[in-house]
Amino acid sequence: MSIILKAENISKQYRLGSVGTGSLQHDFNRWWHYLRGKEDPYLKIGSINNRTDKAQGDYVWALKDINFEVNSGEVLGIIGKNGAGKSTLLKILSRVTSPTTGSIKTKGRIASLLEVGTGFHGELSGRENIYMNGAVLGMTRKEITLKLDAIIDFSGCELYIDTPVKRYSSGMTVRLGFAVAAHLEPEILVVDEVLAVGDAEFQKKAIGKMQDLSQGEGRTVLFVSHNMAAVKNLCTRALLIDNGLSNLEGDVEQVIEKYLENNYKIEDSISLSNHEDRKGNGDVILSSVSVYGENRNKFPKSGNPINFEFCFENKYNYSSKDIIVEFRIDDNIGQRILWNSSEMSTENIEEPLRSIKVSMNKCILNKGSYQVTTHIKAKGNVTDWIQNAFSFYVEAGMFYTTGIEVPTSQSKILANFEYQFND
Amino acid sequence: MEVNNTNEDWLYEITPKRKLIDLNYKEIWRYRDLLILFVKRDIITAYKQTILGPLWYFIQPLFTSVIFTLVFNNIANINTGGVPPFLFNLTGITAWNYFSTCLTGTSNTFVSNQGLFGKVYFPRVIMPLSTTISNLLKFGIQLIILSFFYVYYYIKGAEISPNLNLLLFPLYVLMMALMGLGLGMIISALTTKYRDLTVLVGFAVTLLMYISAVPYPLKEIINNKPQFAWVVQYNPITHIIEGFRFMILDTGIFTWFGFTYTLGFSISIFLLGLIIFNRTEKTFIDTV
Repeated sequence: MSIILKAENISKQYRLGSVGTGSLQHDFNRWWHYLRGKEDPYLKIGSINNRTDKAQGDYVWALKDINFEVNSGEVLGIIGKNGAGKSTLLKILSRVTSPTTGSIKTKGRIASLLEVGTGFHGELSGRENIYMNGAVLGMTRKEITLKLDAIIDFSGCELYIDTPVKRYSSGMTVRLGFAVAAHLEPEILVVDEVLAVGDAEFQKKAIGKMQDLSQGEGRTVLFVSHNMAAVKNLCTRALLIDNGLSNLEGDVEQVIEKYLENNYKIEDSISLSNHEDRKGNGDVILSSVSVYGENRNKFPKSGNPINFEFCFENKYNYSSKDIIVEFRIDDNIGQRILWNSSEMSTENIEEPLRSIKVSMNKCILNKGSYQVTTHIKAKGNVTDWIQNAFSFYVEAGMFYTTGIEVPTSQSKILANFEYQFND
Repeated sequence: MEVNNTNEDWLYEITPKRKLIDLNYKEIWRYRDLLILFVKRDIITAYKQTILGPLWYFIQPLFTSVIFTLVFNNIANINTGGVPPFLFNLTGITAWNYFSTCLTGTSNTFVSNQGLFGKVYFPRVIMPLSTTISNLLKFGIQLIILSFFYVYYYIKGAEISPNLNLLLFPLYVLMMALMGLGLGMIISALTTKYRDLTVLVGFAVTLLMYISAVPYPLKEIINNKPQFAWVVQYNPITHIIEGFRFMILDTGIFTWFGFTYTLGFSISIFLLGLIIFNRTEKTFIDTV
């Protein structure tokens, strides 16, 4: 396999805040440095792209020293949290903007699908727009004419093909746009996940077409997505970007695992004091939660211990007899899995209740991410009720001594069964 | 590693810094169909859903000429020599229109196309080029009306006749295009970060018309207001308008100095525009 695309030390700096006299001053300073043949003074500063931190200074590195290579015929998944720098990378790859430093070398034409239907003009007919859109994406008139019938057929808009696109339903516009995009023939295709918006049928079609492109035709594809299932299905390799830094490049499974791990970092505790979406009179509220495995430094694993520690703000110093804490664990698509209540316990303390630790010796949850809804009652009144208060991640573990993993699509809960084999 | 790199032949490289003028002619040629489509789109969509449709191409210069004739020639009594005032104005306006539509059309290239430019790459210069070409077609249509009235007045016995300068016609069109395109590209690049110029362009183009000798002959201002005449005389657009009228109406002032001055000016402004446009196009999406 030969390298078709090579990115070296790609960095991209952005200015924070709005454009005004302040930025004009910086522009002059930069220009003054440039005239004297000096380096851009603002390139040395700039904070790391971590959106939750308070900004230090006016500049931020959306991407910093990204290196990667893509072999021809490969499907590279690019994953990362919102704002990690994925789209910036795609914009640089598709030449919409240029990097602040670094270079990307390529041996093939890159076409990007950051959005379908780019360049559509409402007044033009569907047919005219196919030409328009195709040309914008880099096809020549001849190429489009050759594929025109196939495009119209794929879009399923034959009846409306000579009607102005502004009369189309939004769904039809997307279909037409995707039909054109699907018939592009660049050596390298860059696809953003925006492609996967639309109804289920359309998503299936889009993903199917991507599969055809990569597997059937051996096209090189760069695919950005939050949809881990899609990445796992389509990609042969993956690149993880975290806070603008390239964190890991390699095997899809491995990278996805790392991504999930990063996203469900074991924090000392998840603070809930400032959680806004809550109901109740506030006499007793859940202030923080920690979820951990065997000890505080370990993730919960299927089959290993799992601990939840709930801490409370108890204004009137109620004892545990007056308080009922209930929690429900839902899976990542909101299906209810487990429910439990402190009423199940017979233990009580006279002192004001500050925290409760709930443990399970052998975690029966299958691997995956889960969300927890909490509900607290004191003296018969609801004091604090938080829908989806926090989420946690359970790693795959040795629930069964054989080491066999149960597919998460089959079951979220694990249980031991007795098998008796008879002749 | 180094050895490896030299052995491999890369198709192209994406880097932050580029040369002063980095026009990839091959690439622009490859996108020629896009250029044609943009021109077609401009023409087709300009007057869609209007009753008069392409007739608007005729109405606009005709009405302006009528108003100019009323105001400047009938009320203000500006002397147009032996040329019928209406024809004088129509000629000036036709030439001016091409320049000004090129200027205003290209001056908002980046701001009005940010949605498109933010999603896909194509040589950005295609956009202002297409505006210039589609305006050229409109200019052609307006030339037809001009020649219609020209013949009409000629038959009626007006003192008009084209002269040998008519051979320079293509150069005049080129100068108008280069100047409008160049200025437009400069403005479009400068407005990506600071929008002040957009406000300026709105009224400055109208003001520019008055110091470009469009509604009056250059001779009039030299005779009546010699202290301000230099403003008009050093304005290169004046020489285009005057020269344009000179070659088809045989009226006004033509000097070879004015001609070469204007030609040099339009080529330099075009090159300057190209350089500034080029520097801006690669990162404008971050600041627009």
